[in-house]
Amino acid sequence: MKRLFDPATAVPALVSMAGGTLFAVLFLHAETQSAVMGLTLGAVIALFLLARFGWNARATASFAGHGRVAQGSVLAGVLIVTAVFHDQHFPLLMLATVLLYIVVCLGLNLQLGYAGVVNFAGAAFFGIGCYTAAVLTNHTSLPHLAVVFVGGLMAAGIGSLLILPVLRTYGHYAALITIAFGILFRVFLEVNDALGGPQGMKLPGMQILGWKLNDSLQFGGTEISFYANYVLLALAMAAIAFTLVRRLERSWIGLNLDAVRLDETACAAFGIDVARWKITAFTLGNFLAGLAGSVYAMMTGFVAPNSFTFGDSLILVSIVILGGIGNPWGLSVAAAIVLMLPEKLQFIQEYRLLLYAGLVILILLFKPGGLMPRQVRNYLPGWKP
Amino acid sequence: MSTLLACDSLSMRFGGLVALDQLSLAVNEGEILGLIGPNGSGKTTFFNVITGIYQANEGRVDYLGHDLARMSAQEIYRAGVTRTFQRSRLCLPLSIFDNLMIGNHRRLDHNLWFNLFRRAAFQAQFEEQYAKARELVRTFSASLAERLFEAAGSVNMIDRRRIEICRALISQPTLLLLDEPSAGMTQEETRELMDDILIVREHMPGLAIIIIEHEMNVIERITERCIVLNYGQKICEGPYARVAADPQVQEAYLGTE
Repeated sequence: MKRLFDPATAVPALVSMAGGTLFAVLFLHAETQSAVMGLTLGAVIALFLLARFGWNARATASFAGHGRVAQGSVLAGVLIVTAVFHDQHFPLLMLATVLLYIVVCLGLNLQLGYAGVVNFAGAAFFGIGCYTAAVLTNHTSLPHLAVVFVGGLMAAGIGSLLILPVLRTYGHYAALITIAFGILFRVFLEVNDALGGPQGMKLPGMQILGWKLNDSLQFGGTEISFYANYVLLALAMAAIAFTLVRRLERSWIGLNLDAVRLDETACAAFGIDVARWKITAFTLGNFLAGLAGSVYAMMTGFVAPNSFTFGDSLILVSIVILGGIGNPWGLSVAAAIVLMLPEKLQFIQEYRLLLYAGLVILILLFKPGGLMPRQVRNYLPGWKP
Repeated sequence: MSTLLACDSLSMRFGGLVALDQLSLAVNEGEILGLIGPNGSGKTTFFNVITGIYQANEGRVDYLGHDLARMSAQEIYRAGVTRTFQRSRLCLPLSIFDNLMIGNHRRLDHNLWFNLFRRAAFQAQFEEQYAKARELVRTFSASLAERLFEAAGSVNMIDRRRIEICRALISQPTLLLLDEPSAGMTQEETRELMDDILIVREHMPGLAIIIIEHEMNVIERITERCIVLNYGQKICEGPYARVAADPQVQEAYLGTE
């Protein structure tokens, strides 16, 4: 059955996206600290006021009713931002980083948000992808697209070593196991000379079927930063991962994952295989982290153990909590906030872990569902009984 | 009438505590059996043992050629035994429909490829299951059937109990175990609920029900036969009227003078 597109109800979604894009451009453009600060405060106040006048609810309803419109306008928004900053390295690098982090957090959301499998080693699985890419690009001539895929497989594979102890323990104990693994991973990297030790490793730029992503483009006389290539690649990855995670949530499997998180005894009484779905979520989530990691490593051209600390894992978890556990849209917005704010506001750089901790505490106190709380499952968007 | 489930000297011990002591009993196809007895007499433990939540120390449970005492909870569910819990075990943040589909697990397709990429086929299965769930819930409450996509936590206690019973019924089991369905409800609400269960049963010929209940008028009204447990042993068996008059049963409930 074809759904009819009703332009009137799509307007709030389109206006919100246009506003969001404009804000992103202004924010990335702002040079002085006071301008960044002003924009941030302005956005907070504006959102607060809009919420008071019921606009947020209308926009949410509009997004929910027009999934395609929402996705299309987000893609358009990212492309517009890319076009505006086409000749600057820094904003594009940041944009690509946010998009890759969204892929990692989508994976973490599968584990933490749906199946309830705690994973405080997100950065380690991301790091496995990074190091796999570093080793494979330096020592083999494997095509880079295959390298990315192997990066995902390695993260999923090493994660499956961890799944046995995680399945046998509950709550805090499972969390401790993942924390231990994350720390173990970093120590292993630091003492391992074959992997560059504390100095890390260099990587060549990515190349897909002759498309050299590290070459800057000439387009009608204007030079385009090579990071635009990575933005496009990361955008494609984020869009695909987003769609798949969304579909998974809106299926019987998404229901099984939720049931496993909420009540294991009821699961057993109704034939839901708790171990099977925990393994599925854990493996798929780590696969996504590894995938994003291997692209990230080739984009930055350098990997070192210091990028995969416990603190980095906590940042990933805080993105998922901040955005709204279980809501892919929420974590996408939260990833942008958490990654961009400290980059632009230099003076909070040093205090950024403090800032995240504070934000998470505030959110858990006053808005436990996150910035964008998850809605009840809607299996078929637009479907009416 | 043939036997559906037969327990043979079933024992369950927790350390030194004997919860089920050489218990032997039979359930016939299509019957409603009342399971009564004082608190701590082993009724819920009996449910937990035959649904695979506990592993019995001794004995067997014959059910359609299976030995339930040696099967996992998942296998037992797939063989057609479902239950409700004494304390509600609904997933409150999920929708009512989601909760029903948890109970419908064995009728759904859980293949990764099917769920992710065959969305048209998924939609067909979804619509079929939605129609089924709606029809079942309508038997219990027409207004509840209109609210299937609201969170289960947003409805009141009696509706939650209805959802829980529907969750146990939707996969069309052969044996339904109800653990104190009247707990926390008024007599009127309980009566309504029991009538609804009897209506559903008419559409499911062969469905046998074991019901644990402290509300004796419920037992009197809907059961065909009762079994009384005390200290994990069967002390009496028969129609409610006969069981209620039994001196041993009165002693178990009231103590000796």
